[in-house]
Amino acid sequence: MSKTVLTVDDSRTMRDMLKHSLVAAGFRVIQAEDGVHGLEVLAEEKPDVIVTDINMPRMDGFGFIEAVRRDPACRAMPMLVLTTEVDAEKKGRAKAAGATGWIVKPFDPVKLVDAIRRVTA
Amino acid sequence: MDPMAAIRDVFFQECEEQLAELETGLLRMEDGADDPDTVNAVFRAVHSIKGGAGIFSLDALVRFAHVFETSLDGVRSKRISVTPAVMKLLLRAADALADHVRAGREGAVAEPSKTAALVAEFTALNAGPTAASAPPPASAAPAAAATPTPPPEPAPAPAGRVWNIEFKPISSLYAKGNEAALLLRELGALGRVEVELHTESLPSLAEIEPEGAYLSWSARLYSECDETQVRDVFDFVDGDCTLSISLQAPQAAQPAAAEEPPEEFGFEFFPVTADTSESEHANEAAAEAHDHPEHHPAAVGPVEAMAAKAETASAVSATIRVDLDRVDRLIDLVGELVINEAMLSQRVLEAGLARASGVAMALDELEHLTREIQDSVMAIRAQPVRSVFQRMPRLVREVAAQTGKQVRLLTDGEGTEVDKTVIERIADPLTHMIRNAIDHGLESTEKRLAAGKPAEGVVRLTALHRSGRIVLEVSDDGGGINRPRVKAIAVEKGLIAADAQLSDEEIDNLIFLPGFSTAAVVSDISGRGVGMDVVRQSVTALGGRISIASRPGHGSTFTLSLPLTLAVLDGMVVSAAGHTLIIPLGTILETLQPREKDVHALDSELRVLALRGGYVPIVDVGLTLGYSDQPVEATQSVALLVEGEGRTKAVLLVDAIHGQRQVVIKSLEANYRAVPGIAAATVMGDGRVALILDVDAVVSGTRSDAPREPSLLEAR
Repeated sequence: MSKTVLTVDDSRTMRDMLKHSLVAAGFRVIQAEDGVHGLEVLAEEKPDVIVTDINMPRMDGFGFIEAVRRDPACRAMPMLVLTTEVDAEKKGRAKAAGATGWIVKPFDPVKLVDAIRRVTA
Repeated sequence: MDPMAAIRDVFFQECEEQLAELETGLLRMEDGADDPDTVNAVFRAVHSIKGGAGIFSLDALVRFAHVFETSLDGVRSKRISVTPAVMKLLLRAADALADHVRAGREGAVAEPSKTAALVAEFTALNAGPTAASAPPPASAAPAAAATPTPPPEPAPAPAGRVWNIEFKPISSLYAKGNEAALLLRELGALGRVEVELHTESLPSLAEIEPEGAYLSWSARLYSECDETQVRDVFDFVDGDCTLSISLQAPQAAQPAAAEEPPEEFGFEFFPVTADTSESEHANEAAAEAHDHPEHHPAAVGPVEAMAAKAETASAVSATIRVDLDRVDRLIDLVGELVINEAMLSQRVLEAGLARASGVAMALDELEHLTREIQDSVMAIRAQPVRSVFQRMPRLVREVAAQTGKQVRLLTDGEGTEVDKTVIERIADPLTHMIRNAIDHGLESTEKRLAAGKPAEGVVRLTALHRSGRIVLEVSDDGGGINRPRVKAIAVEKGLIAADAQLSDEEIDNLIFLPGFSTAAVVSDISGRGVGMDVVRQSVTALGGRISIASRPGHGSTFTLSLPLTLAVLDGMVVSAAGHTLIIPLGTILETLQPREKDVHALDSELRVLALRGGYVPIVDVGLTLGYSDQPVEATQSVALLVEGEGRTKAVLLVDAIHGQRQVVIKSLEANYRAVPGIAAATVMGDGRVALILDVDAVVSGTRSDAPREPSLLEAR
């Protein structure tokens, strides 16, 4: 059975791009537009992995990750952060919030799938 | 369509929305808003554009967005304070970013000279306060040097490399959703792996922490890869495990390897690459921008009227995107439905069925439903005028810079909704009116100061709904229309007779005459031979009207009034000389029964009606449109008091009123040709065509002394 990825990003371009790359790699993709929406989707579905942006309205990526980690049903879910920054501080913050790993934007579809494979069984 | 091309389209569409968001946010900041939401939204807009641009390798755009973003980040973190100068820089950068986006869409590169200057300013801005508060970028280098350098043996042995990896997760690794098995599996991607599990520290079941980490692994990787590749596998779990990676001595590359003392490398995992500080990025970008003067100026296409429906609220409510053609088809069909419903009513009436009969009542219900469907369908096309308003601040900045005037634009009523077609067509007239207001309306700064006004001129743009129309006002607090000069010019150009007696209002209206231009030197901005007459023409073509009110020393107000939709109209059905006509309901103030003593004839053609102490010209509709040669007796007719453009009133004489109904507008111009005095046509319930009266044209035809328009009689 194909794995399900939840992508959380406020940019339609990025959502489309992620979906395009992931569907091509055989994943099933569900989408959310920001952290709040992401949590709503998680109430309905349990994806195998979450890919989230950081800068989003209503609830940003850090807030979203923390909220997911607090939820007993989702706290062990692998979560990858999409970041344009490569600096250690941003990575550190993402990790402190509970992120499993990160993908540096602009991502290359191969690396994206690699990163997902590294955190999902 | 190729999926990447489709995503690219989405990207540019989204860019327009983000740019609109950016502009709105910046203007709010200019007004003093410094709440985190506004600043974050502004930052996010630029950040999103940068992120998307990266996908499509729009490098120039990415570089510029990055520098811009860095400054916004500074603003966000209060490292940079928002002074008026900084605000101006940010606004100009928003314009430049828009240029970059549009250039990117055309596959070109934005004008580098403009950008380079901005980049330099940003660099200065970013570097300035940063130097004091944050560690300078140079300090990153020693930090990098302090991190453990790659393995002692720099020269890699050509063959038979074996990596010894000791890996002991701590519980935080699992808490973040990582999985030791997956990492070890990932190692296998680099080469053959032998893994050994250590269970020594596993406590007895009674003592076990359910979420503790007790297991550790030793792995032996037979691979020619270098250390970075091995470390990369464990990149995500840096800090959540103890890890040692060492290269086994080549000669000892046998299974029975010499045990290396396990080292604790808890801190070893800092990224090897020195993290470049943001300002260093900025410097690079600035340097690059300077280093590439060969960038060609962008062939920036016409600024497309993108419907920026970017409302913060709309992101929350669910929306769908529908092809406009489908909506238009629906509107057409509903229009036909309305006509059919009217025809059915007519038939029922003709069949002589009682008003209270079941059929008639069911029909009433149907009429009600039809009306509701029509309203709902029209609402689909309605959009707030925000998308047009959002383009104006940029225009104001540009014109202000060109004229050297200080201008502040105030807008009100951006949320006012109007049909999409109307929105698309008001952009040009509005642009021209605003240019005109700044260029001609506002005085120069010196003159303003001399007149005791603030140096900064104010242009106000307002939208509101008034009696079924949308009213757009552009007002300035300038000197008002210089009437003696306007009149002198009109005389000089032979537009009016030298001895013409004109009211103030009539003089003001002279500026709408074709070929009239008040500027002594045709300026670069309002000039180009395009005057207010063109604005007036395009507005009239939309079924709208434009008027002007001016007070010397206090400024002028241009009022543009347009129908909310170009598809339907509420009208009064009347007959004149045996012909059925529709008069737009919005123009009718009241109906009257004229009395003999109130009607006064001024000459053989013009009659006026005394009404509440004033006199209103009378228009015999049948005569004016040429249906009849004989003027009707005012007392034998029904009179409608109507108001046209600029609040000029007239009394229309018709034979009878037949009722009120909503009609579907069918363009006469598109189906036949333009007819003076007639705005459009419609199909009535009995299937016959009825003409819709152009009240403005008819009313303005009564002003015989007004030189602006040939009378309808002459036009025929």
